[in-house]
Amino acid sequence: MKLNEHTRGDFPILQRIVSGHPLVYLDSGASSQKPRAVIEAMSEYYERSHANVHRSIHTLGEEATELYELARDAVHRFIGAASREEVVFTRGTTDGLGLIAETIGRTLKKGDEILVTELEHHSNLIPWQLVARDRGAALKAVPILADGSLDLAALDRLLTARTRVVAFTHVSNVLGTITPVVEIVRRARSVNAITVVDGAQAVPHMRVDMSALGCDFYVFSGHKMLGPTGIGVMYGRRPVLDSLEPGRGGSEMIKEVWIDRAQWNDLPWRFEPGTPPIAEAVGLTAAIGYLEKLGMDRVAEHERALTRRTIEGLAAIPGVKVYGPPVAVERGAVVAFAVEGLHPHDVAALLDAEGIAVRAGHHCAMPLMRRLGVVGTSRATFSVFNSPEEVSLLLAAVAGLRSSL
Amino acid sequence: MSQAPSAANSIYSDVIRERWRRPRHRGDLPGATAVAEDVNPLCGDRVRLMLTVEPQGRIAAARFVGDSCAICTASADVIAELVSGRSRSDAVALDVADVLAVLQSEIRPTRMRCVTLPLTVLAKALNGGQGS
Ligand SMILES: Cc1ncc(COP(=O)(O)O)c(C=O)c1O
Repeated sequence: MKLNEHTRGDFPILQRIVSGHPLVYLDSGASSQKPRAVIEAMSEYYERSHANVHRSIHTLGEEATELYELARDAVHRFIGAASREEVVFTRGTTDGLGLIAETIGRTLKKGDEILVTELEHHSNLIPWQLVARDRGAALKAVPILADGSLDLAALDRLLTARTRVVAFTHVSNVLGTITPVVEIVRRARSVNAITVVDGAQAVPHMRVDMSALGCDFYVFSGHKMLGPTGIGVMYGRRPVLDSLEPGRGGSEMIKEVWIDRAQWNDLPWRFEPGTPPIAEAVGLTAAIGYLEKLGMDRVAEHERALTRRTIEGLAAIPGVKVYGPPVAVERGAVVAFAVEGLHPHDVAALLDAEGIAVRAGHHCAMPLMRRLGVVGTSRATFSVFNSPEEVSLLLAAVAGLRSSL
Repeated sequence: MSQAPSAANSIYSDVIRERWRRPRHRGDLPGATAVAEDVNPLCGDRVRLMLTVEPQGRIAAARFVGDSCAICTASADVIAELVSGRSRSDAVALDVADVLAVLQSEIRPTRMRCVTLPLTVLAKALNGGQGS
């Protein structure tokens, strides 16, 4: 039985009719849809247990605190962190990367170097630009090769004794390239650089294991992995978190406060100032439970089959160009493509008229677009509820596009 | 072949489709006296507008180039047409309603920026563009 036959009924939104057609949602890379289990867990939390966490000595406060901390346990298990103290909740990937950049940024000096890659989403670029500018550090990018993979020889040339940070994506949100995290971490460590991995497009689609990857930081968003908006995770390796002063301050992250100083709270709360996204944490627990029940290996296999079918199908349509690594190479659940003579915006609008939702534009990766020599692309992304039939609908619709404008 | 209306018929007007396929004012304008360019941050679209403004303020010619979608291209094309031969003050007064009236298409809120980007560029060209 195909995975989508199990899952489709769990996603209420898939009942929607769009432009007179049943919704074909191929934009989970931007934000996935939510199974009923997530929606209900959050409603139930608000209807039964809501209060603030940690500071309330009453029944609801205790329930909310327990549910919030249970989410931490779920993430700890799901990503193979060494301890729950390494799991810090944020508002999302962008928030987590910003927090890391600000936190590490305080330790940077003039002449230090920050290394990113040409694949990066703006969220893993702009925070480093800001920090580099403030601290007088240099920002450099590892280029990609023609096949969309990172140029590791260039990485070796760019890594120097001055390199303090290597920040890179695990899976490209445009090309689907899976980067060799373990290998990059190994090389970065040889110059004692801190490694920061953007896992936004990886965690929803494949098994990730912090103990195997070995990176210092790893961040992702709840809303791309069947969970709610407004929550994300910043995993930080314990010795690194211990060595850093908090980047942001407020309540929750302190133990004792005087007018002119404070004593920081223990991990992980030291990095969680303010009231956290509690209902969102409850939703995230449900999303992780849902994915775990399906099994991440099955999820990856299902989405890989859809991706391969899409790449092969699109590449066979005259005038359609598919970006990213060749189909034989393992890649993420992302297929960016261009239709000759049509602008990506128009492709998305025309597909929407047939009920098919794809993303079009620069995908928050303008330097990568420039590298590819385009202003944007159209992009189909997949999740557990997508079916081979939906891929066929996409292919048929794209095949009919060229004559239509 | 079936004559069922294509998806494009239902979402774009004939004016937009025609001006996307065969824009009348696309291309470089050698000797332009006012030039401006801008980008739509949402999609990365880029439009460059070139005007030849005569000393008395008449816009003798207008052309555009760009990487842009059908709506944005049609809008730029219409704007170039509407300002050609008109006075600078007429061009300044041009607004989105004038462009929409020519495009004759319902534009969704998410695509409105595609219509207005060339207008923004026009305003830039008339304000700060070189020699204007
Ligand atoms: C690779 C990558 N990094 C970062 C982000 C930003 O995530 P968010 O908008 O949830 O902060 C995204 C998605 O938009 C992404 O695909």
